[in-house]
Amino acid sequence: MSCCGSSPGYDDLDAVSRLVSAKVAAFLRTLRDAGFRVGLAEGQDAATLMSAGFAARPNLLRAAFKHLFSARKADWDKFDGLFDAFWLGKRVRSRSRTVGSSQGANSPSLKGLQDKSAEQGGSQAVADQVPSSDDAPEAGSGEGRMEGASRTDNLADVDFRKLGDPDLVTQAHEAAAQLAKAMRTRLTRRDLARRRGYRLDLRRTIHRNISHGGVPISLVKRQRKDKPLRLVVLLDASGSMSMYTSVFLRFIHGVLDQFREAEAFLFHTRLAYVSDAMKEKDAGRALDRLSIMAQGAGGGTKIGESLQTFNRWHAARVIHSRSCVMIVSDGYETGDAALLGREMAALHRRCRRIVWLNPMMAWEGYTPEARGIKAALPHVDLYAPANSLQSLRALEPYLAKL
Amino acid sequence: MKGRDEIAQALAASGYIADADLATAISLMQLLRRPLLLEGEAGVGKTEVAKALAKVHATELIRLQCYEGLDQSSALYEWNYQRQLLAIQAHRGSDSIEDQVFSQKYLLERPLLAAIRRPKAPVLLIDEIDRADDEFEAFLLELLSDFQVSIPELGTIPAITIPHVVLTSNGTRELSDALRRRCLYHYVDYPDVDRETRIILARVIGASPSLSLQIARLVEGIRKEELRKVPGIAETLDWAAALVGLDITDLHDAPETVHETLICLLKTHEDRARVTPEVTQRLLGRVA
Repeated sequence: MSCCGSSPGYDDLDAVSRLVSAKVAAFLRTLRDAGFRVGLAEGQDAATLMSAGFAARPNLLRAAFKHLFSARKADWDKFDGLFDAFWLGKRVRSRSRTVGSSQGANSPSLKGLQDKSAEQGGSQAVADQVPSSDDAPEAGSGEGRMEGASRTDNLADVDFRKLGDPDLVTQAHEAAAQLAKAMRTRLTRRDLARRRGYRLDLRRTIHRNISHGGVPISLVKRQRKDKPLRLVVLLDASGSMSMYTSVFLRFIHGVLDQFREAEAFLFHTRLAYVSDAMKEKDAGRALDRLSIMAQGAGGGTKIGESLQTFNRWHAARVIHSRSCVMIVSDGYETGDAALLGREMAALHRRCRRIVWLNPMMAWEGYTPEARGIKAALPHVDLYAPANSLQSLRALEPYLAKL
Repeated sequence: MKGRDEIAQALAASGYIADADLATAISLMQLLRRPLLLEGEAGVGKTEVAKALAKVHATELIRLQCYEGLDQSSALYEWNYQRQLLAIQAHRGSDSIEDQVFSQKYLLERPLLAAIRRPKAPVLLIDEIDRADDEFEAFLLELLSDFQVSIPELGTIPAITIPHVVLTSNGTRELSDALRRRCLYHYVDYPDVDRETRIILARVIGASPSLSLQIARLVEGIRKEELRKVPGIAETLDWAAALVGLDITDLHDAPETVHETLICLLKTHEDRARVTPEVTQRLLGRVA
């Protein structure tokens, strides 16, 4: 029977199925190269589908594979193109892979970049709204929100830019650290208050009181796992932020010292992980180390690329659902604003809240016109000024609510 | 396995107008016995898929609504403590009372346990999984892979039937790769004009084909405006019902009523302010 003309013999079938398996395996490789996370189980299911008659109908097979191999919207959107290219030989517009290629170009010389971006007018956009750092303190052109207030030297209200006096700076640093501490204390108190309301663990109570004839003499409370808020700070250390960087560095140091779970990153034209450097107990030494890491920045701000690096390499480790990401930046993006929007959206899906602190926001007449901030704002939960200790303190209740 | 056309027809008969892709996904669910993860904006009809699926299979729908802090005792099982205490009091001094009170008789089934203990496989809807904590997601993973449950006092309880599992997510939190990989994935988008027209026709009694088409076109136009909260299918249906209730048969006949009834679609103050009578007029102009 097996020798009937057209019906394939056992060996032929075997060869066909091997060919199909090899083809499916190659397709899986293609998908993995394109960033799909496809495991062995999916491979087996794909083989099941091929043998269940899907192979004969390309459209049906494409739909079936799409459901099987996609795991997120991004996969869903690019699947059809990849399928058509692989199985039907259609041309698809190639999309450049991220990371890697562009990174090398960014890193070599920050100083060089700074000069280049200055030449290209990269800081031109900045100059539209931000007065230069030198004349800012005395400019008196009405740009500070506190300009009209009497000079009571109420430190809480003084714009960080105007803190020229070393003593005042020291005081500001102390206050920032205290604020970080206050935020943490507030959280802990809240945790305790919540804990008082915990329910009885009736299962354990009953187990324990069986010997008392069921009279619940000894009560067991349900223990809840303590889940601290994690604060992830991304600080813009670029040139346009230079007036504020030192105070915020001190603030970050306070945050890392006081929060049980906190991580910090600096970015300018690239992203740097600074938590370890900041975990130095000696504030002076920590700041020195940080200043070195922040140095040389000032040539443009690639927020989008920095966030891309963050999302790609750090987010999975440092972010969980109880994370609040705090971005301290003026939002002047010299890179691709659309990329910034995309990366913010991706970041927003991962974490609980995004707080964007913008020191420029308190300036009179400031509107978020920069391309970067415009692209980012739809994905921000709280957009607040952070130019004085007062404005930082105003954040406390918000952070305590997280 | 039913073909996807049959599934699409069966869904349509139960009031859900599915596109071909979704019908394929549902046929795959049965073929590969995997859960189906539906992701998409709020209001695109993800939950409705599970309801329709239950109707198609003529089976029970068991729904687990996820929220932050959801734990095993709310999702899986709980002991009936009142009855246990009464039993202990009644049999005071009996040695075997501990075994008795931790028996099936005193077990309260919560949705997940109920879903694997039904004689006929139900549809298990795990709604808005992105609202649950990471820990719960990990726990769920174990349940969905083994379909058995360990209760310390009773031992392992295996599934009597494997339920049809549908998970939905609004994408407010990134789900783990492990969970995603266990599931078939389907992205539910806003329906196109044709499908939305058919949905209105199927769900709103008294809506004529021409009015349904006009409503679907206008809603499509509104979704393209810059809104904070884009209207979903439920909103469209509300609006269609409102228009039918007001005896409107053609949107062009009553532009003012159309504008006033847009409150069915626009759910924030900003959106309401953004869609001015002029905008409504412009949108109406595009609706043939």
